[in-house]
Amino acid sequence: MENTYAIQMKHVTKRFGKVVANDDVSLDIKRGEILSLLGENGSGKTTLMNMLAGIYFPDEGEILVGGNPVTIASPKDAFDCGIGMIHQHFKLVDIFTAAENIVLGLEEPGKLDLKAAAARITEICQKYGFVIDPNKKVYNMSVSEKQTVEIVKVLYRGADILILDEPTAVLTPQETDRLFDVMRNMKADGKAMVIITHKLNEVMDVSDRVAVLRKGRYIGDVATRDTNPQKLTDMMVGHAVTLNIDRPLVEPRHLRLEVQDLTVLTPDGVKALDHVSFQAFGGEILGIAGISGSGQKELLESIAGLRATEPGSHVIYHPPAPDEPIAGQHVPVDRSGEELLGKTPRQIHSIGVSMAFVPEDRLGMGLVGSMGMTDNMMLKTYRAGKGPLLDRKSPRALAEQVKAELDVLTPSLNTPVRRLSGGNVQKVLVGREIAQNPSVLMTAYAVRGLDINTSYTIYNLLTAEKCKGVAVLYVGEDLDVLLELCDRILVLCGGQVSGVVDARTTTKEEVGLLMTRFRKEAAQA
Amino acid sequence: MMDQLIRLLQSSICFGTVIMYGAIGEILTEKSGNLNLGVPGIMYLGGISGLAASFFYEFNNPNPSAIVCLLVSFLAAFAASALGGLLYSFLTITLRANQNVTGLTLTIFGGGVANFFGGSLNTMAGGVGQISVAATSAAYRATIPALSGLGLPGKLFFSYGFMVYLAIVVAVVLHWFLNHTRQGLNLRAVGENPATADAAGINVIRNKYLATCIGAGISGMGGLYYTMDYIKGTWASDGTIESLGWLAVALVIFATWRSVNAIWGSYLFGFLFWAYLIIPNLGRKDIELFKMLPYLVTIAVLIFISLRKKRENHPPASLGLSYFREER
Repeated sequence: MENTYAIQMKHVTKRFGKVVANDDVSLDIKRGEILSLLGENGSGKTTLMNMLAGIYFPDEGEILVGGNPVTIASPKDAFDCGIGMIHQHFKLVDIFTAAENIVLGLEEPGKLDLKAAAARITEICQKYGFVIDPNKKVYNMSVSEKQTVEIVKVLYRGADILILDEPTAVLTPQETDRLFDVMRNMKADGKAMVIITHKLNEVMDVSDRVAVLRKGRYIGDVATRDTNPQKLTDMMVGHAVTLNIDRPLVEPRHLRLEVQDLTVLTPDGVKALDHVSFQAFGGEILGIAGISGSGQKELLESIAGLRATEPGSHVIYHPPAPDEPIAGQHVPVDRSGEELLGKTPRQIHSIGVSMAFVPEDRLGMGLVGSMGMTDNMMLKTYRAGKGPLLDRKSPRALAEQVKAELDVLTPSLNTPVRRLSGGNVQKVLVGREIAQNPSVLMTAYAVRGLDINTSYTIYNLLTAEKCKGVAVLYVGEDLDVLLELCDRILVLCGGQVSGVVDARTTTKEEVGLLMTRFRKEAAQA
Repeated sequence: MMDQLIRLLQSSICFGTVIMYGAIGEILTEKSGNLNLGVPGIMYLGGISGLAASFFYEFNNPNPSAIVCLLVSFLAAFAASALGGLLYSFLTITLRANQNVTGLTLTIFGGGVANFFGGSLNTMAGGVGQISVAATSAAYRATIPALSGLGLPGKLFFSYGFMVYLAIVVAVVLHWFLNHTRQGLNLRAVGENPATADAAGINVIRNKYLATCIGAGISGMGGLYYTMDYIKGTWASDGTIESLGWLAVALVIFATWRSVNAIWGSYLFGFLFWAYLIIPNLGRKDIELFKMLPYLVTIAVLIFISLRKKRENHPPASLGLSYFREER
């Protein structure tokens, strides 16, 4: 009997502790089709697919491959069913070559013959249009090359069902196009493919059918040609998202932070920041735009006291006026302006300058992965209180408050934060910084990797801080958000300020031009 | 002077063989990501069980056969050491106990067990220092007269018991296994990145268990060689095995986790340890200073490797970490 279904998942449920990651999900995957699995962060997309890849085992429900019920208890079982998954975090051994990684774990008869393997890899690459050197070590590879190795790895094992977990998150637009071409080639070859994503344009671009998950539940599927991004968004979030970010104008605004001629060198002696000067006011969100690596990180770290600066640099802090609601929360300083440079990070923090930096791996800076929410809250407050014993009550209350206000999904306050999904980790981080009642709040990439709803929660939190009279510095990647959220935008380019614009009147084109201004001038010169 | 030099080289090779076994076994273990600091304890276990097995065999047989002597002591030593490895594996792999603590505990345990039974054997044999397994020891130290009588090359290359050559063979075979076989590739992947190995369908747990137990068995051979050949079938509760065990752990680093490097590395350690033999007029305290040389060399190698930053010379990436599939 000809069975067009590659995989059928029936009534699958998976729980982690008390959190239900997938609740009674039934999903079909067809041959010769690219299926998009769409959903917000933490909606259970990756968990669902991990059950097909043998990483997790479902608590309830059954899985049929080619019409036959199967038990997938390990990644090996998945291979035997012809299922190959390309994980978001690559599973490659760094010190092995591409060929060694690809043949890893295979049980073929005969001795290990890497030359024959390399020949077969080249053959696969030619068939689908990849480019890869089988003898290159993985630690010398770019992200895109590593991803290619992952895909060739599953093809080499003869997989005809491929699952790609957010494959484009790490790729440039050109690399993404190349990947999509390869996927179309594989589809033409009769393979079934699942692409996990939350980028709607990619869904529309590459897939034939879209299945939507929301909070672990299966919402439904539609053919891509019968839908549009607006409809998909509605399915994904459950209710229409207001696309306008609320941006009240706060009057009056007081000068809070004055940065003058801030110059910072990298360890190699290159200027990471070159005479950067600007002013930040209480009651406004100052956006900081720029191509990644233009000095954003160095700027925030210098203000927070984490980085050595060159002589002649100044960061002057002006405390809130006594009649402002946020006044009197912090260590009193010189009313005519206090120099922050030369102070320790702890001193600067006690003055009221907070930083919430969300690095690429989310946990690297600010939170301790193996500690629970309460203990992470305590990282900022453990010095408070009298006597040698820790005060655990107030951080616990704070954790409760952050959990309730920001809707953090966690089995308990003591669950290690690294077990939470990425979005929830970020909520904990940003929530804690806001709870310090700062007078200057610096955030970098606060919404990195977050879905639309959670992003809005964070935007609203920042705006609420602004209305209290806090000076907010928002380093962002998405220009559309910067234009809608901020009052003014400072554009950095190659460590220099290439312009400060009014976010209410500027255009995306203008900011984009400023971001690349110095490069173009250099090219012309 | 020539005689002195030859004696020094012979001592270096005998000394080196003890730690070479320890190091080769530990290299196999560490390639699976298990940092077993119980090497000294495992060498103790190997030494005492080999000795005990041959003692009871010789005790009950007036005319012991050399082959049986070799077999019982060899098998007993390997089995006891592998059991030590199994204990370590169960604690660290299945129960995910801390590897450092478990290894150090195993060292203390092995030393205690071995010295307890060593003392008992001495008592049974008639008093302190009385135990002797002459027949077994002779079998271990047997040489081929046609070769060992060849003058200078005979003295230098053929004057040792079979275990000296076996160590070299094991080192070469292990190198070949790790770098040119499918199982070797899989095992290295387990030590580098168990999550990746798991996703590739490799049984991480089985690989770790096997590598750790067989590795411990090989390490235990160092203790067997020490009791049977190096101190000629006796038992001394002076803690020498433990210090040799630590030297074996140092040798693993010195060899940058490559078993063929452990061959010349172990002889070099032996040479440095015994170098005082050819330096005239040394006092007792000077000798002790010279015995520190192998450790100094290891520190120098660590500094050198860290400076060069070549990825291939680094320890297995997940060394010392336990693996749990559903952990993120």
